[in-house]
Amino acid sequence: MLNDRQIRTLAADVLAGIAPEAELSSVGDHEDLREALDLDSMDFLNFVIGLSERTGRPIPEADAPKLFTMAGLVAYLGG
Amino acid sequence: MAEFRMPALGADMETGTVVEWLVKPGAHVRSGDVVAVVETHKGAIDVECFLDGIIGELVPVGQALPVGAVLAQVLGPGEVAAASPPGEAQARVGGETAVTQPGVPVAALGAPAATRSARPKVSPAARRRAAELGLDPERLSPGTADGAVTLADVERSAGAQGHPRVPSAPAAAPAPLRAARGGFDPAQMRQAIAAAMGRSKREIPHYYLGTTVDFARAQAWLEAYNAARLPAERLLAAVLLLKATALALRATPQLNGFYENDTFRPSGPIHVGWAISLRGGGLVAPAIHDADRLGLPQLMTALRDLVQRARAGGLRGSELSDPTVTVTSLGDRGAESVLGVIYPPQVAILGFGRVVTRPWVVDGAVVARPLLSVSLAADHRASDGHLGSQLLAAIDEALQHPDEL
Repeated sequence: MLNDRQIRTLAADVLAGIAPEAELSSVGDHEDLREALDLDSMDFLNFVIGLSERTGRPIPEADAPKLFTMAGLVAYLGG
Repeated sequence: MAEFRMPALGADMETGTVVEWLVKPGAHVRSGDVVAVVETHKGAIDVECFLDGIIGELVPVGQALPVGAVLAQVLGPGEVAAASPPGEAQARVGGETAVTQPGVPVAALGAPAATRSARPKVSPAARRRAAELGLDPERLSPGTADGAVTLADVERSAGAQGHPRVPSAPAAAPAPLRAARGGFDPAQMRQAIAAAMGRSKREIPHYYLGTTVDFARAQAWLEAYNAARLPAERLLAAVLLLKATALALRATPQLNGFYENDTFRPSGPIHVGWAISLRGGGLVAPAIHDADRLGLPQLMTALRDLVQRARAGGLRGSELSDPTVTVTSLGDRGAESVLGVIYPPQVAILGFGRVVTRPWVVDGAVVARPLLSVSLAADHRASDGHLGSQLLAAIDEALQHPDEL
């Protein structure tokens, strides 16, 4: 089970490969990551692929909206 | 003997600078090998050589050279290098009409004309290009001693027939040397876009059409397809739009090809240029080759790879020189609709907006429905709105049968 800090580190790592200039720490917990970091559908899919591969969780497409915010992401991957 | 020349990586390119050679003189090259990194205002591009043989002396790196300049000689088996150094435009003698880049001095080689067999061998790249140009590749004179017709021979013949590969382009400031691989200078990128789009608006009499597509079936199909798959195997709506467009273009060849020298030249293959916005500003629309012939999973893989390389570096020369039409799709956070500007010498650009849920009439009743705006901007010198309407209708129809894409 991943804790809050591990999840944030993981998200930052995955994001670094997609949007190198994105500053995840500057994004509020309830802000939409796609808006805040200017991620398009391809970027966000790559983000989900990275999270899925690194955690071994399949992340069904229907769950993807739960990952739009850091708060949602922490709750989903920590749960 | 054949010449490996500075390729035209889009209509807005006048010069390029070899910043790195990936082969050494004497290396054996095969058609399609990436042999050099060329700096353009779109960044550093991996340039392929579509010739087979032994590569000879190479032009020095760091020198801005015009499109068409010889970068290296490629020798067939048993050939001996010519005395003349690369870096100059060269004319073949003893064959047909000598063709050179305008304004570039000719250095006659004096190489003996190759012995020809009755049916010359034709390289696949040459065959493809000849088909695009409407030439019979077996009737062209081969430039290599083993009698094989190469891409260079096709290009030379096309030039001899009054279809130079590069039309007169607006003057652009020479690009200063920047060897940073994968990066691009935003100011130069803006200049490149300005040159191409300025030329488009000056020269191309655009006409515009738009329609609204009921996206419910496509969306339902996509959700069902993705539901049981891992993220890496899922499809984005973008690939449905890409495939639907490519298939629809088969029936309207007047919208797929190039307008050059007051003539429209249709393209057999459908190479869709996919507009990709770059982080930090700028835009590039590299080709997905033969998009009408790829399955959806293949297209998704190609698209992911293309977006990755457009942003991180590593686009190939052929991807920038080959698009026969452009598609711009704004994605799920974009505006509702877009009217594109044609990228010359292409004659059409398709624009897809964001899918939005709106009231729609189905069987006489108003219902909420996911809708997609589709637009076409096309060149009136090559087609009319009647034909354009047929293309949009065919795209709509294709999107109503996503299982057949």
